[in-house]
Amino acid sequence: MAEQTKVGKVIGLNGNMVTASFETSVMQNEVAYICVDGTRLKSEVIRVRGDEADIQVYEMTGGIRVGDKVEFSGEQLSVSLGPGLLTQVYNGLQNPLPQVAEEAGFFLQRGLYMEPLDREAEWDFTPWVEVDDEVQAGDAIGYVPEGIFKHKIMVPFDWRGRWRVTSIAEAGKYCIDNTMAKVSNGREEREVTMVQDWPIRKPISAYKRKHLPHDPLVTQQRIIDTFFPVAKGGTFCTPGPFGAGKTVMQHALSQHSEVDVVLVAACGERAGEVVEIIREFPELNDPRTGQSLMDRTIIICNTSSMPVAAREASVYTSVTISEYFRQMGLNVLMLADSTSRWAQALREVSGRLEEIPGEEAFPAYLESLIAAFYERAGLVELKSGEMGSVTIGGAVSPAGGNFEEPVTQATLKVVGAFLGLSRERANARRYPAIDPLGSWSKYTPLVEAEQVEKARDVLQRGNDIGQMMTVVGEEGTTIGDYVVYLKGEFLDSVYLQQNTFDEVDCATSQERQQYCFNKIVDVLDADLEFSDKEEARNYFGELRQKFVDWNYAAWDSEEFKKTEQEIDEVLQRKKSA
Amino acid sequence: MRKVYHKITQISGSVITVEAEDIPYGTLAEVTSGEEQDTSLGQVIRLNGKEVSIQVFAGSRGVATNSKVRFLGRPMEVSTSENLMGRIFTGSGYPRDDGPAVQDDMVGIAGPSVNPSRRIIPNKMIRTGIPMIDVFNSLVESQKLPIFSVPGEPYNQVLARIAMQAEVDTILIGGIGLKYDDYLFFRNTLEQHGALSKAIMFVHTAADPTVEGLSVPDLALAVAESYAVNGKRVLVLLTDMTNYCDALKEVAITMEQIPSNRGYPGDLYTQLAQRYEKAVDFEGSGSITTLAVTTMPGDDVTHPVPDNTGYITEGQFYLRNGRIEPFGSLSRLKQQVNADTREDHRAIMDTMIRLYASCRESEEKQAMGFRMSPWDEKVLKYGKLFEQRMMDLRVNIPLEEALDLGWKTLAECFEKHETGIKTDLLNKFWPDNT
Ligand SMILES: Nc1ncnc2c1ncn2[C@@H]1O[C@H](COP(=O)(O)OP(=O)(O)O)[C@@H](O)[C@H]1O
Ligand SMILES: [Mg+2]
Repeated sequence: MAEQTKVGKVIGLNGNMVTASFETSVMQNEVAYICVDGTRLKSEVIRVRGDEADIQVYEMTGGIRVGDKVEFSGEQLSVSLGPGLLTQVYNGLQNPLPQVAEEAGFFLQRGLYMEPLDREAEWDFTPWVEVDDEVQAGDAIGYVPEGIFKHKIMVPFDWRGRWRVTSIAEAGKYCIDNTMAKVSNGREEREVTMVQDWPIRKPISAYKRKHLPHDPLVTQQRIIDTFFPVAKGGTFCTPGPFGAGKTVMQHALSQHSEVDVVLVAACGERAGEVVEIIREFPELNDPRTGQSLMDRTIIICNTSSMPVAAREASVYTSVTISEYFRQMGLNVLMLADSTSRWAQALREVSGRLEEIPGEEAFPAYLESLIAAFYERAGLVELKSGEMGSVTIGGAVSPAGGNFEEPVTQATLKVVGAFLGLSRERANARRYPAIDPLGSWSKYTPLVEAEQVEKARDVLQRGNDIGQMMTVVGEEGTTIGDYVVYLKGEFLDSVYLQQNTFDEVDCATSQERQQYCFNKIVDVLDADLEFSDKEEARNYFGELRQKFVDWNYAAWDSEEFKKTEQEIDEVLQRKKSA
Repeated sequence: MRKVYHKITQISGSVITVEAEDIPYGTLAEVTSGEEQDTSLGQVIRLNGKEVSIQVFAGSRGVATNSKVRFLGRPMEVSTSENLMGRIFTGSGYPRDDGPAVQDDMVGIAGPSVNPSRRIIPNKMIRTGIPMIDVFNSLVESQKLPIFSVPGEPYNQVLARIAMQAEVDTILIGGIGLKYDDYLFFRNTLEQHGALSKAIMFVHTAADPTVEGLSVPDLALAVAESYAVNGKRVLVLLTDMTNYCDALKEVAITMEQIPSNRGYPGDLYTQLAQRYEKAVDFEGSGSITTLAVTTMPGDDVTHPVPDNTGYITEGQFYLRNGRIEPFGSLSRLKQQVNADTREDHRAIMDTMIRLYASCRESEEKQAMGFRMSPWDEKVLKYGKLFEQRMMDLRVNIPLEEALDLGWKTLAECFEKHETGIKTDLLNKFWPDNT
């Protein structure tokens, strides 16, 4: 091994970018290590020119000298995929942070790399294939139970052609590095273990074909599921200025979405926000499985003060792990907060490489990178005929809250749903602050599309009338128009708005959404007559109060039924009057 | 004796390039021009073969091609000793008062980040007696929070007032481009409140070389971190971070970096985040809470400095017309503490702001000459009371009293159902005017 290691020397350094000379050959995206004062700093080759390689360092670079040794690994930057991923908290390079803390205490320590997967843990293996069975890349040869799943042990995704099983492990306890099966293609025999490494910048595509996303991904957020739905295997983005509620929404989605696995990619934002997940999820129950929410969650945590180059890698690490679980026929939701920080990391790298910049100094290839990233989402049919999906939701943090900037624009071109958060709504405490007039989705909602159209129409007209009123005043508005305005406000405050911090209101099931939305449409449809505006305003005030109470009552509880009766009475009173 | 290098090949802005070998990245250098007493510190910021680029803290004025450069072989350090208490230092860490230099327990500044998996969820409210903070945007221990302000607002006064009222063990003040008057103001305020002995100041004034201000946050935060690890609850005040960003801009331009937005470097966000993210609550030990001032050029919150800051910090207080604005002000950590203060806290917080927003709408209508409906009249009356009782910075009352005052104000202006508050809370807290 040792004599095979290719080496080079540092000849320059600028921020986190080392320029190195090398002797034999290097490969683009090859992992290299800068050797400084007895530590080896993980890095990646990102450009080669002549006999010089530009290497981005995934660590703080203080103390590096010209002449320091560089080791080239010959491997691309990869993640380890196998049992033990779930519940973990990794940095952008799959370094497990709790294990790092055990070793180094409160602070991160550069050059300290721990095993991403527990190599000693034993897993209960059950074989699914027999000797002489034929298998190919991605086929499961057996499984181990992990949390609530059967974690499939699969033939490595890049093994070409068909393989014959020559031996298979008996049911029993094994570590991930044990040989679980041997397979042969007639020319060579290979061993299948429980773990495989995969280069993060390359999509995993050991499936039969991609399908158009069709089934809704139930997020239990009313404004999303009813008005701007997300589909399993689809993509969506949530741009918004700071403080508009992007992170709170991503947390709600990671908690309440009806999916099998959630990947939370905390990419370049606050560490404190990840901590909420790390500390709270283990205590929270997933009502779908009865187990802790953490059991279905993996956190990739490369927050704003952690090295920028690793931030750039973190979104790829996340999406690769997502794809891995998709290969098991699971529905995976990957949430990235925020893709803008990833884009900024690209910008920093590009700047250090002195590339010709595009708009706002972002690299010219930003758009194609964003497109390629979202392309890794999708609904796929596996070779076994099962379906699996990766849904990607990216927060976008536009500079100055202005959506006309490169990252937002490039993202809007490729996603299937746009949930734009507005400063005005956030300031007015209308949460979630998704702008109901400007947002859009190409996917199918949970409720009847026709009714949604009707509701949107009321919202739009109500808003127009509201605008008009600021010009002509209330007295210049007809009572008919005024009622439409009140209806729009009503829909907004009791359906679009949802209290994330209330135990009941935080999540509205599909069934409940369908049920309650009907009642809302009843109100919107009703032909209501008022003698004056004051009466109308009071009436809607009362109605709103009842619906708010209704939202806070548990589904199908006594309270729920009682409030519904009261609502019906209020409605009836006016209709019959 | 350390080796001395003479061959300076480039001098531009605050950055000089010297030919040298075997120099560790990030190390400090002493640059001596002319007479021996003219020595300035600098830091290695780029290596390229034999060319070593040094950012000179005092700027390059007076540096000659044959000036002497001596590398110290270590990055910038600061003492973390108990003896710092009550002392005042410059942006390079030298005493600014008459006291001796402090050299014990030196640590490197700008150390590694806290491991996110070792962080805990902040849970201790810091009471300030200011209703706009305590009721509407509670301040929480370990929070990082800037005051967004137009130049000329009393931001340093607000900063000092919170510092004097907050129960903390140590106050660190980092002044970046601080006006000398403001420096004296902080010192006098600390003195008057008998708080000087628990304070440490790193002050770079407007008269000092710009680049020297760049070390101030790192010096203050390195001391804060060491104290916090040793069990102290530390409050760090940084004023004004816009000056810090402008110094970054200056350096970036000298280094011929491609600016991303209005001349600021593309890594502005990362640079700020590395400082602000030092705020932390160490489990079983102390904490760092950071309050900063960010002046907004042209009162423009989309300016790169406030914009990047807002994306990093855990909220912001908007200071405008001598008051903390209810709109735009935000404490992102408030929900960690305001569930356990009093059960009506959140409802009062949400409702009063929502109604004050209605008041602003009605004011607009009024300004356009529309007839005021009975509802408009109600919210206008409410708005006045809100401004007097909650927004006025002279109000200094405990949270509970402020909540009671909130209910009183609502009841004076509205019917119960007009507030949109849950019925059970109304039943419990609505004052009986009978
Ligand atoms: N759905 C919500 N309900 C109540 N408050 C919210 C909601 N969303 C956001 N907020 C408030 O706004 C603050 C900022 O939200 P956050 O998601 O962190 O913003 P962003 O990520 O867009 O900067 C939160 O700390 C909270 O106080
Ligand atoms: Mg956020």
